Amino acid sequence: MTRVRIRRLLLSALAVVIAALWAFPVYWMVSSSLIPTAVLNSFIPTFFPARPTGSNYAGALADGSFFRALGMSLAITLTVVVACLLFAFLAALAISRFRFRGRTSFVVAVLVVQMLPAEGLFIAQYKMVSSVGLLDSVIGPSVIYTAAVVPFTIWMLRGFVAGIPADLEEAAMVDGLSRFGAFMRITFPLLAPGLVASGVYAFLQAWNEFTVALVLLPSEANQTLPLWLRGFVQASATRETDWGQVMAASTLVAVPVIVFFLIVQGRLTSGLVAGAVKG
Amino acid sequence: MSSSVTLRRSRTPYLLLLPAVAILLLGMGYPLVWQIVTSLHEYGLAQQFGQPAPFVGLENFITLATDGALWVVVARSLAFCVITAAVTLVVGTLLALLMTAVTRTARLILQVALLLAWSMPVVAAMTVWIWLFDWRRGVINYVLDMIPGVELYRFQWLASPITFFLVASIIVVWMSVPFVSFSVYAGLTQVSEEVMEAAQLDGANGWQRFWSIILPLVRPVIAIVLLLQLIWDLRVFTQITMLQDAGSKASDYDLLGTYIYKLGTSAQDFGMASAVSILVLAITIALSWFYIRSLLKEDQQ
Repeated sequence: MTRVRIRRLLLSALAVVIAALWAFPVYWMVSSSLIPTAVLNSFIPTFFPARPTGSNYAGALADGSFFRALGMSLAITLTVVVACLLFAFLAALAISRFRFRGRTSFVVAVLVVQMLPAEGLFIAQYKMVSSVGLLDSVIGPSVIYTAAVVPFTIWMLRGFVAGIPADLEEAAMVDGLSRFGAFMRITFPLLAPGLVASGVYAFLQAWNEFTVALVLLPSEANQTLPLWLRGFVQASATRETDWGQVMAASTLVAVPVIVFFLIVQGRLTSGLVAGAVKG
Repeated sequence: MSSSVTLRRSRTPYLLLLPAVAILLLGMGYPLVWQIVTSLHEYGLAQQFGQPAPFVGLENFITLATDGALWVVVARSLAFCVITAAVTLVVGTLLALLMTAVTRTARLILQVALLLAWSMPVVAAMTVWIWLFDWRRGVINYVLDMIPGVELYRFQWLASPITFFLVASIIVVWMSVPFVSFSVYAGLTQVSEEVMEAAQLDGANGWQRFWSIILPLVRPVIAIVLLLQLIWDLRVFTQITMLQDAGSKASDYDLLGTYIYKLGTSAQDFGMASAVSILVLAITIALSWFYIRSLLKEDQQ
C-alpha cells in the first residue's frame, strides 16, 4: 500500500509542477502588467511585482482608444448574442419538436457550416460587405459572426430542448394553458441554463474574433478589442516595445473573457464531444 | 416524443427555421457561392477598379496546381497541422491520465491551470508568448541560458522559419491541450472502476491496462478530438499573423491563412485567393466528414 501511496504523491507533485508551467504565461501577463517599465527593461527578469504600480494601465488607457474599441466590441458582441440566441432557439425548437421534410438536410447543413473556417471565406465576406458599403460598421461583423456561431448554438440548444419532455407541455395544455403559455411557463424556465451557456459561447466567439474583424474593420477608429491590442503592440514596437503597457493592455482584454469562460467550460466540452462519449 | 406534436404537418417548423436559414445564407451561403464563381474568373487588380471579370474556367486552379510556391505553403500547413495536432493529442492524453492518478487537490490545481490557459483570448496569449520568446529580455532565453552548456544568449527565435514554426507550434499546443485533456479525462471517468480492478487482479500492468482496456474505451473521444485539432490547426491565422508582426512577414513564414490574406490584400488577386480558399474549405470538409457523421448518429438516437 505504501508504495502505491508514494507513487501517487510523486505523480501529484509532477501534476503541480506542470500546472505551474501551464499557468505561467497567464501569471506572467498579470505580474508584468504591475511592474514599472523601467524595471522590466533590465535584462534580468523580475518574477514578482514587489511594489505593484498602476502606471502601465494608466499608460495603456491614456489615449482613450481602449474605450472606443471596448464600445465597438460590446456593440458587436451584444448584437451577435441576442440574434444568435433568438435564431438558434427557434431553430432548435423546430428540429427537436417537429418531424418535417428537410429536417435531416437542415441538420447536415448546420453541421457542415459549423466546420467552415473564416480563413477559407474571409476574402468573399470582405467583398460582400464592402460592396454594400458596410465596412467599418457594427452590422458587417455582426452578420458574419451570427452566421458562424448560430450552427453550434442550435446544436447546443437542441440538446436542451430535446431533454425537456413534450409530455410536460401537453400536460400543462390539458390543464388549460395555451400552447404558447405552456411553453413559456414550463419549457422556458427549464431551458434557461442552456440559453446562458449558448449566450456565453456566442459572447466568447464574437469577443475574441480576429480574422474577420481584421478585414471588415479596416480603419483604426472602428477596431474591436483584439484589433486594438494588436495595433497597440505594433505601435509600441515602432519605438522600443513597452512590455509593461502591452501586458496591461492584454490583461484588460483577457480578464472578462477568463471570467465568462470559467462559467461555461463544462458545458462546452460536453457539447463538443457529446456524440463521441455516448458512442 | 409524443405523436400528436411530431406528426402534425404544418408550416410551423419552417417558419421557426426561417431566421436561422436567412442569416446562414447571408453570412456563409452568399460568400461561398461568390467565392466559387470568382474562382472561375480572372479577378485581379484591374477588376478591383471596375473592369469586367472574364470567365476563365479552371484556369486559376490550373495556375495553382502548377505553382510550386503554393504547394510549398500547402505542404508546410499540413505538416504544421499534423505535427501540432499529434503533439497536442499525446500531451493532452498524458495529462488526462495524470489527472486520474493524482490526489484530488493536485487534480484541481492542474485543472485550474489548464482552464486559465484555455480561456486566454488568442490575441492576448500571443502578446504574452511573444514577450516570453523576446530575444533580448524574454524569460525563455534567460532561463535556457542558465542551463549549463546551453549558449542561447540573445537567440532570435522568430528569425528563421524552423524556430518560428517551432514557437508557433509550442504556443498552439499550449492553448489546445486543455480542451483535449478535459475531453479525454471526461471519457476516462466513464471507464468503470470494476473493469480496471478486474484487469489489475488478472495481473495486467499499467501499460497493458492502458493499451488493451483504457485506449479502446476512449478511442471514440480521441478520434473526435484529434479530428477537431486537425481542423483547428489548419486555421491558425491569428497566431501566425501576430508572430509575423514580431518577426518577419516574408513568404517563408506563411501558412495557408496568411497566404490567402496576402493574395487578397497585397496582391488584390481575388480570383486566386478564392481558388486557394476553396482548397482550404475542401480539406476542412473532407476532415470533418467523420465528425459530422458521428454527430448525426447522436441526433438520430
